[in-house]
Amino acid sequence: MEFKYDVEGGNFAKAGHAASAVKKVLKQLNVNPKVIKRVVVALYEGEVNVVAHAFKGRIIADIDPSRIYIKIEDQGPGIPDIDLAMQVGYSTASSKVREMGFGAGMGLPNMKKNADKLQISSNVGKGTVVELTTYFNS
Amino acid sequence: MEIKKIAEILDARIVCGEDLIDKEIHCGFASDLMSDVLTLDSEGLVLVTGLANLQTIRTAEMADITCVVFVRDKTVTPEMRKIAGENNMVLLECRYSMFRTIGKLYEAGLAPVY
Repeated sequence: MEFKYDVEGGNFAKAGHAASAVKKVLKQLNVNPKVIKRVVVALYEGEVNVVAHAFKGRIIADIDPSRIYIKIEDQGPGIPDIDLAMQVGYSTASSKVREMGFGAGMGLPNMKKNADKLQISSNVGKGTVVELTTYFNS
Repeated sequence: MEIKKIAEILDARIVCGEDLIDKEIHCGFASDLMSDVLTLDSEGLVLVTGLANLQTIRTAEMADITCVVFVRDKTVTPEMRKIAGENNMVLLECRYSMFRTIGKLYEAGLAPVY
């Protein structure tokens, strides 16, 4: 099963729509609630990152009986130094993002913690692709 | 501690989820930073926060948090209430400061997350 969601950069009112929709699907599929929480927390962090930093983005969630694969692709500034971005506390978020309760430099490390596989590739000035895989029996 | 007990201790207003106030809460966490809330693994948690916006509700939804207390007299918007209602959450509005709110809950025996 494949699901696609569009994400609008800067629109915090809609941030969380994709994660909320994926959570409902996984619940219907009777996935272990602890695994659901890991998946949707990682996805939500990614979705907030797109809203906070990019112009627009697209999320693809591919679910099979053993795992969920999520691809978060955005058109935005990209990440010049991914190793630096992975460090807890490193952030380039605006004050607007911080007012929303984010931007503390914890998103990417938390995505890593909550996914079985995390892959990030980025082109500065073009955008970023984040791929997450989580196995249901993990 | 049941949610209704929390509401009583804090003299808080139940904004939504009145039918869920018998639910048991095991521990409390206080933060205005949702990034910190998203790192928690605890179950049966009450979130105490002064950040009243839609992302607080979305964060609670993703983190399986069933009860949120808004302190410092912050008010819940209709959109927040709608999403909280869809996700079976109890929202409480409390006029106390964060410090006083946490102090009262701790004094009543509510455990911290860590």
